[in-house]
Amino acid sequence: MLLQLRYALFPAALVLFAILGPFVLEPFDLVNLSAFSAMAIAALGLAFVWGTLGILNLGHSVFFGLGAYAYAMSVSNVGDSTIAVLIGTVLPVVFSLVLGYFLFFSRLGEVYLGVITLCVTLIFYSFMTSTADPWFHIGPVPLGGFNGITAVPSLNIPGEVQGFLSIEATFSICLVSLAGIYILLSFLRMSDAGRIMTAIRESELRSELLGYDIRLYKLVGFAISAAIAGLGGALYTAVMGFVSPNVFDLSQASQFVLWVIAGGLGTFVGPVVASFGFQLLSSQLGANTVFNTELIFGATIILFVLLAPQGLLPMILKLSNLRFPNGFGRLRRKEKPA
Amino acid sequence: MDQFVILCFAVVNSIALLALISLGLAVIFGMMRVINFAHGEFIMLGAYATVIANHAGLNLWLSMMVVAPITVGLIGALVERLIIRRLYGHLVTTMLATWGLSLFLIGAVTAMFGNTTMGVSAPLGNIPIGAYSIGAYQLVLIAITALLVLCSLLALHGTKYGLIARAAMQNSEMAATLGVDCDRVYAVTFIIGAAISGLAGALLAPISGVLPHMGAAYVARAFVTVISGGGALITGFLSAATILGPVEALLSYFATPVVGQASLLLLAVIILRLFPTGVSSFWTGGR
Repeated sequence: MLLQLRYALFPAALVLFAILGPFVLEPFDLVNLSAFSAMAIAALGLAFVWGTLGILNLGHSVFFGLGAYAYAMSVSNVGDSTIAVLIGTVLPVVFSLVLGYFLFFSRLGEVYLGVITLCVTLIFYSFMTSTADPWFHIGPVPLGGFNGITAVPSLNIPGEVQGFLSIEATFSICLVSLAGIYILLSFLRMSDAGRIMTAIRESELRSELLGYDIRLYKLVGFAISAAIAGLGGALYTAVMGFVSPNVFDLSQASQFVLWVIAGGLGTFVGPVVASFGFQLLSSQLGANTVFNTELIFGATIILFVLLAPQGLLPMILKLSNLRFPNGFGRLRRKEKPA
Repeated sequence: MDQFVILCFAVVNSIALLALISLGLAVIFGMMRVINFAHGEFIMLGAYATVIANHAGLNLWLSMMVVAPITVGLIGALVERLIIRRLYGHLVTTMLATWGLSLFLIGAVTAMFGNTTMGVSAPLGNIPIGAYSIGAYQLVLIAITALLVLCSLLALHGTKYGLIARAAMQNSEMAATLGVDCDRVYAVTFIIGAAISGLAGALLAPISGVLPHMGAAYVARAFVTVISGGGALITGFLSAATILGPVEALLSYFATPVVGQASLLLLAVIILRLFPTGVSSFWTGGR
């Protein structure tokens, strides 16, 4: 019982913050925090697929970016942001199913997965930057090449195209969505399917010998993470009001991976906390020109991998002698000889 | 006719380019099973070393052939000692660490030299073919690439060091029992791979803009080539380059370079669906 309560604690805190936040914070902070939580949603998608299922997706930002672009395109075409968010969630799923079919049904190893997903990001980046020509458009909206799409309408009341939501309401929606995704994923991980996914992470061979179709489980898990990333991307675009090819670039892709490593692979609280922490930090560092973000992200990834491969949260829990019920996705796992 | 010659040249050029940018990676990945995500940045550093040495007054060929490989080889030695050596056997962790290194190097070079394009002009002028012309330097590039691949093949299969290296790669414990210092072999292999990547970057410097983010343009293509090549070290990636190169060249010619690159990845994913261990599983029996 106590165990179940602990899972409810974090989302409850998020919901409380969603309600109280608008009363205490300035609009500027609310917008920032909305964007942060949109990113945190996407990070949860990676935390799930990597930490629970053992799929290292270095191109998680592809789904985030696809969701962001899909929202930007469809909100101007359809008008209603609710449908646009839905499209932003579904499009990455479709793409993930196609890509995942090739990846998982070829039985590619973890390393090849990482390489190919990263290559996909790079291709998307160079494609999106080459769309400056007005020929690239959907409906009235040009893709805009390097500049991306600007002046994207924000969220509105479902059904009322002109009824735009206030900054406070958007903030609450983002945080509640984050809490909702968190609860959803926690339930999923504790369900039978989730236990099978954990088993696949631990040993593909044994799970397969027990009769589970690991390819199918991986494909479904991949699609779920794509949906979550797409939702994050759509909300992010709605909050920020623009999207550019930078959603596909390397430092964007590295952020998600960094948050999951730093927060603790195999946990859900860790990546969320880490994503808020690092985003706050980088918005503080924003004006710094000597140490650019890539230098700092790169150095931090190296340091975490070498010195704290379990991530911060598991390390703290270990030091404080608390046990963690679901075990950890171990980052430093000695590869089995072929 | 002229257009046909140009097209053939583009195909050969594309194959050579793929081979050139993936040779260093093939050596490191094929020999050591270490995924080096900083490969593109090694290429970038080679290009920077060339440009800087050349701007300092050194002969262009000397800066390309000597300064760049040595500089990047030294950086490779440092990287091997500080990062790679601690993580042997942890494939995924090595991949993450080298990815961090890749970002770090991009950031460091940006901080030092700024986010502006540097460059050297291509030597040797043009060769006219009917109404078109091709750069003579491109021909030299193809020749040098062929020579490099040939040398690697000879070094691996014709020298004693190549034999030891292949032994350490196939079964490191057995090789260690026979008195081979595997750590040393790995270190030397990594340095050689880094130096080759540096040389590739140096050779590319005259025909592409030199800027901190240039590695990203090569790393995807290099990885796709090496992975779809599969187990056989040199022959694998060479055959992959021969399959992928023409597709990229033709689609870049008739559509846009981005379409060419995207089709390269698409083709590689299909190849891996058909031969999960790469095209060289044809003649290695799927090792």
